[in-house]
Amino acid sequence: MKKLLLVLTIAFSASVMYAGGYRVGVQGHKQLAMGHTGVAVVTSAESAFFNPAGLVYLDGKLNVSLGAAVVLSNTSYQNREFGYSAEADNPVGTPFYAYGAYKINDWLSAGIAVYTPYGSRVEWPTDWEGSHLVNNIELSAIFVQPTIAIKISEKLSIGGGPIYVSGAVNFNRNLSRSLTDETGARSNVTIDASGINAWGYSIGAMFRPTEDFNIGFNYRSKIDMNVERGDGTADFENLPAALASGFADGDFTASLPLPAELTFGVAFTPADKWLVAIDYTRTFWDAYEALDVQFYNSAGLSRNPRAYKNASIYKIGAQYEATQKVTVRAGFYFDESPIRDGFFAPETPRPDSVNFTAGFSYNLNSKWAIDASVLYVHSNEVQNSYDYYTEAGQPLSFGGEYKSNALVAGIGVSYKL
Amino acid sequence: MKNNIKYIAVLALGLFACEPEFDNPIDQSGTYSSGSADFSTYVAVGNSLTAGYMDGTVYKSGQQNSFPNIMAEKFAFAGGGTFTQPSYDDDVNDAGGFLLNGNPLSQFGTRLVLDASQGRPEPLNVTPTIEVSNLQAKAYNNMGVPGAKSFHLGFPGYGNIAGLPNANAYFIRHATSPNATVIEDAVSLNPTFFTLWIGNNDILSYATSGGVGVDQTGNQNVLSYGFNDITDPGVFAFTYQALVDALTANGAKGVVATLPDVTSIPYFTTVSYNPIPMDAGTAAFVNNAYATYNGGLQFAAGNGLITAEEAAQRTISFSAGQNPVVIIDEDLTNLTGFGIPSYRMTTVNDLLILPSSRFIGTLANPADPTSVNGVGVPLADNWVLTATEVETVRTARTAYNNAIVSIAAANDLAVADMATKLEELVSGLRTTDGQIYTNNYFNGTSNSISTVVFSLDGVHPNARGYAIVADEFIRVINEKYGANVPRVTAGYYPGVTVVPTN
Repeated sequence: MKKLLLVLTIAFSASVMYAGGYRVGVQGHKQLAMGHTGVAVVTSAESAFFNPAGLVYLDGKLNVSLGAAVVLSNTSYQNREFGYSAEADNPVGTPFYAYGAYKINDWLSAGIAVYTPYGSRVEWPTDWEGSHLVNNIELSAIFVQPTIAIKISEKLSIGGGPIYVSGAVNFNRNLSRSLTDETGARSNVTIDASGINAWGYSIGAMFRPTEDFNIGFNYRSKIDMNVERGDGTADFENLPAALASGFADGDFTASLPLPAELTFGVAFTPADKWLVAIDYTRTFWDAYEALDVQFYNSAGLSRNPRAYKNASIYKIGAQYEATQKVTVRAGFYFDESPIRDGFFAPETPRPDSVNFTAGFSYNLNSKWAIDASVLYVHSNEVQNSYDYYTEAGQPLSFGGEYKSNALVAGIGVSYKL
Repeated sequence: MKNNIKYIAVLALGLFACEPEFDNPIDQSGTYSSGSADFSTYVAVGNSLTAGYMDGTVYKSGQQNSFPNIMAEKFAFAGGGTFTQPSYDDDVNDAGGFLLNGNPLSQFGTRLVLDASQGRPEPLNVTPTIEVSNLQAKAYNNMGVPGAKSFHLGFPGYGNIAGLPNANAYFIRHATSPNATVIEDAVSLNPTFFTLWIGNNDILSYATSGGVGVDQTGNQNVLSYGFNDITDPGVFAFTYQALVDALTANGAKGVVATLPDVTSIPYFTTVSYNPIPMDAGTAAFVNNAYATYNGGLQFAAGNGLITAEEAAQRTISFSAGQNPVVIIDEDLTNLTGFGIPSYRMTTVNDLLILPSSRFIGTLANPADPTSVNGVGVPLADNWVLTATEVETVRTARTAYNNAIVSIAAANDLAVADMATKLEELVSGLRTTDGQIYTNNYFNGTSNSISTVVFSLDGVHPNARGYAIVADEFIRVINEKYGANVPRVTAGYYPGVTVVPTN
């Protein structure tokens, strides 16, 4: 056990997440294995994320769930007309979660949730054909959410809490499609900021009309991650000497919204030992209008329209208590892309995806269980482009065929007292 | 339980092994094809445009972006073989220019760069390191020889160092023997595919010299031609046929290119015909100085020596605002016997050449403020391609292009209509990515850094311009030969070199 905790601690220290897009759904192995459903499920402290209202119905005085995962993701790009091809070899991402819930009395529970729902780590070959849009990007955000849940009756509860976010960004792109220094090295800029703080909240409600049927609701607010002057650095490299004085290193401002999410769902017990959950999540991606970065030198304002649209996720999952020790789970979800045609930028190459999940829990004893899950993200090949890069006053198109997939595998522990 | 973990691990690895694979990956064989052409040995024959000449010379990094080299990179997707170019390994400063026996060779300076401190193009301030007498004696796939006119390609001795200054310094460096011809060296590689873009210099040196040469139409003796003369169209057609015959002797397929008009290149379009700003007082003063000349015109017209129309055309009249310049035009009726010089003011149909921008407005005599070149002192013939000279060039060019197109048709070759392609730049050439390129000379703006397609010599494309040329060649090849060769994005290629000081 000590060894496992050590592994998890190491994983936490590399708190960076995977992305196709920058939402990463790895917020609990029990629920991930069930297609990342959970708004109406009450099985573990994972409810602190999925629906805080559920905490109050947990068995036991103290519930703790810890886990981490590795994310292996790849995106391939090709353009038939010009013969371009590139593969983003994205560094391994390690999302994690830590939830704890304590039953203060029969009607009140308190908890804490630490999780990493947003992130992106995309690394294209340096100076590839889309390098004027992105060479590499790393976004990460850790959410810390103190939570309380109140049982209004045996059939109805509410819960929620404030969310404190600490985020970081590191983003490199070339300054244009052709500018180089005297040796031919491409002029580029890296923006880097960490410790960006913001606040939000999560609220939920749970209704249990019968013992075998739960209805859940959860809303997590939009959180704007604002990089203010002095928060970060903009590092300009490889400028030709004639232009270098205009592109001095300095700071920058930028804003990235972490969009609000609304989830409804049901969970029911169709037969003994079985649990089925169905969730619907609406993500309000329309908050992501543009990724505008203001520099304080000749680079000026870099305007990067995104114009995301709201998108839905349809999830279904089931679990079966195979033996007293082993519970197995499986699920599926369809994740709709928030990206409109013509806005498909290679820093978040996220088409619609179908997602298959599986996992199990193994009860070591009445207190400890090991949870594990795998997720396979499959996207169909898409032909799309980003048509809003501006060069010399003209909007330029960069497009081609993209295909991406990802594999997430993780392990965690739950403790119940 | 242990078995379960093992199973999941295996499953995980199995899934991960499925890296995202396209339904039709472009690296799969059959994606690209050469159609009925064969790119295994591609040889490019031509002049400076083929050599990758830009900014007034050939230099190491510029040569990498010659249009044939860009094409060869794309041919590699469709069966293309290696493509060699004359070695510039000795261009250690990436500056171009030539040395002969250790001394800089005049007329072959270093490449032009934009000196930001002066706001003007200047030869890069380093010594050339390329020694002409280091003979490579090797036939290369890129047989573009800067300066070559059509008939030079079949000229024995054109690459003989003993023949300097009439021999060609570029060809001297790689001619396989002193008496080898360019076309012999090209054919020695047994090309399976070729591009031929030749004939520009047969008219261009006349044009860039402001029409100081002679139109040799009707004279077939090329040995009597001066450097700035226009080649007889009959000689051109005969020569062109011979070049095509040599290149197709082994059944090679290829593409030939037409010759662009002078009004497509910034050397002739950058300086406007009326570059002189003036206030009313100065205009009156200058007009007064030309009163005698203008009176002489009226005298000549009154006596029937010239028409009233010519008298009006020749009358010098400045006014407040932008004014044309005064030029000497040898095509005017010669009245010098009456003490009346051949002056007139430029019209919108005259083309002032690019270097005139640094000459107009300077003083011919520093001590005499009325000796302003282009105002008090008329510009000599070499500063302006007059409307008549433009027509002379155009007539020859049309004849050449007719020959190129008909010879291509008779030999079933593809034609890249570079005349039309470069003319599109005048109104704005839009590439498929959405960018619009023009034939404007670099104007110092950041927009211009991203979009300029002509090099600082004003005549030759820069790397980005050659990419447009390469793309057009490929488009035509794909169409004619049913090939599928990837196209070229001009926007990824560099434009101008700006240095803080020089």
